[in-house]
Amino acid sequence: MAGGQRVAGSGWENRDAPPPATRHPPSARLPWWLRDLIYAAVFIAILIGASYGLDRIPIGGIAYYRRIIVLMGINIILAVSLNIINGHAGQFSLGHAGFMAIGAYFAAFLTVFYFAPYVNKFPEGTEQWLLQNGLLLVAVLLGGALAALAGYIVGLPSLRLRGDYLAIVTLGFGEIIRVFILNINKIGAARGLSGIPNWADFFWVYLFCGITILISWRLVRSSVGRAFLAIREDQIAAEAMGVDTTKYKVKAFIIGSFLAGVAGGLFAHYMMYLNPEMFRFLKSFEVVVMVVLGGLGSISGSVVAAIILTFLPEGLREVKDFLHTNKDPRMVIYSILLIVLMLTRPQGLLGRRELWQVLARRKDTIPTDERDQGDATDRP
Amino acid sequence: MPLLEVKDVTIRFGGLTAVSEFTLSMDTHELVGLIGPNGAGKTTIFNMLTGVYRPNEGEMFVDGQSIVDNKPYEITALGVARTFQNIRLFKELTVLDNVKIGGHMHYKYSSASAVLHTNRFHKAEDIAEVDAVELLRIFNLDSRAQQYARNLPYGDQRRLEIARALAVRPKLLLLDEPAAGLNTGETSELMEKIHEIRDRFGLAILVIEHNMELVMGICERIFVLNFGKTIAQGTPDDVRANPVVIEAYLGEPAEV
Repeated sequence: MAGGQRVAGSGWENRDAPPPATRHPPSARLPWWLRDLIYAAVFIAILIGASYGLDRIPIGGIAYYRRIIVLMGINIILAVSLNIINGHAGQFSLGHAGFMAIGAYFAAFLTVFYFAPYVNKFPEGTEQWLLQNGLLLVAVLLGGALAALAGYIVGLPSLRLRGDYLAIVTLGFGEIIRVFILNINKIGAARGLSGIPNWADFFWVYLFCGITILISWRLVRSSVGRAFLAIREDQIAAEAMGVDTTKYKVKAFIIGSFLAGVAGGLFAHYMMYLNPEMFRFLKSFEVVVMVVLGGLGSISGSVVAAIILTFLPEGLREVKDFLHTNKDPRMVIYSILLIVLMLTRPQGLLGRRELWQVLARRKDTIPTDERDQGDATDRP
Repeated sequence: MPLLEVKDVTIRFGGLTAVSEFTLSMDTHELVGLIGPNGAGKTTIFNMLTGVYRPNEGEMFVDGQSIVDNKPYEITALGVARTFQNIRLFKELTVLDNVKIGGHMHYKYSSASAVLHTNRFHKAEDIAEVDAVELLRIFNLDSRAQQYARNLPYGDQRRLEIARALAVRPKLLLLDEPAAGLNTGETSELMEKIHEIRDRFGLAILVIEHNMELVMGICERIFVLNFGKTIAQGTPDDVRANPVVIEAYLGEPAEV
């Protein structure tokens, strides 16, 4: 029952007529499917336009930038999905690369051994094009589903653990996955898995980027997301309010690992090659850094940090040329920047707020008491 | 059948018997007080009633259903809500969201509904909003709905905890030192509110409190605990006159 059951005799049913809802006027709502369909159509139209434009801009070296932009999209999916686990539900996971690896390898396995040979039987044309994209979607979603299953299996026993202990278990899990893949000859083991067709492109990556942000955004503004936040804020109080904390922690893990798996599948079909070394602990850590840098719990923070941290190492390539050295100072500068940022803004770039809330605060539109006490207690 | 029945409940932490053979029976609409010096085991009883601790011996029933083996959220689902001695609000969330989380069990829809914003989601969220605003209004917190809980003054945080517990739509409300840190004016206001919510929502309320004015003023029955044992029970007047209680609080009379 949508509204839940009123406890008999609890006084709820005899109260005065309810005050008008303050959320938004019901009359302003189109049917949900129609409104979302319109949004989806607009979003897809923009993506197709951007994708078309990006392929045709006559600038030298555009291919290089296009590649970074696509990888940036994959990083956004990873950061936003990890933010659901780390930022919203407050469960410190260091196994994101493991979930990504599962999605990547399973999707690539399906494509290389089953889907690609099947697609290649068809002559080039619309039919083949449709089949290829349809099967990419299937492969990527199945990769995500397997990653979600792994998230469930890891989550169930280990979510009794808190904080550091959970971090260690998830870290170990990520490594187990990598070593596991390293020992399966069928998918290339240490040689890596090559021959993956290049099916994922800008359009697919950013489509899933949008879906990821939408899921995360709407979830956190729902009863499910409130349960996540309650667990993050105070687990004992959350239980006392009737939140089944284990169920919701596992739920956060399943959703987060599904999206990481999807990111992996897209990554595989964009890079056309997979190697277990790509999914080392360092990759998990890179995503954690994005989430923490952006501000734990802030969706736009994760997006902004993913953009910055994808471009920063690339931008720093210029420094090497500038210094006329053949030693690469990129990672040194990158690390120093991170340290400085964490020292000056330990709560992350945006804290727990969203980008526009932070911008609005600059313009003094937020109530006084929040401005006064804002940053001092802002730390996670 | 009593709403809450506790029979001979005992809990030990290592060698320490925190509560021994505690027995209590409460009916709907009753207002019962639990008093005793610090460390008497009052909060431990709350923690057992809400499933945070499991008693070593004894039985507990809500509406005739045993709750000894239940997890905290399962006991909450049976209609038991509580507040905490050292306020446990969701500090980084808004006042409104705090109350909405209290009603968590009553706003049911799937994650898919939440992502797709189906009608079911909108209906449930509208009810959540109306309920939460209504509860905040009772405690004069509706104007602060969009503020972060951590930014509320202390007294408002105490009130918000009660509002959040009421959002559970409980039959039994457990208040753990609701007047701690409140001044005289706020305390008498709180006494009125406790009466008001009891009558309005038809609640049974069990309250732990050190403030004797409040306990004696509102409770119909009082249990006195000392070192985990029930040393007295009865009406406020009985308890006030009981020499054992006076001794527990003030010590033995001096030999003159």
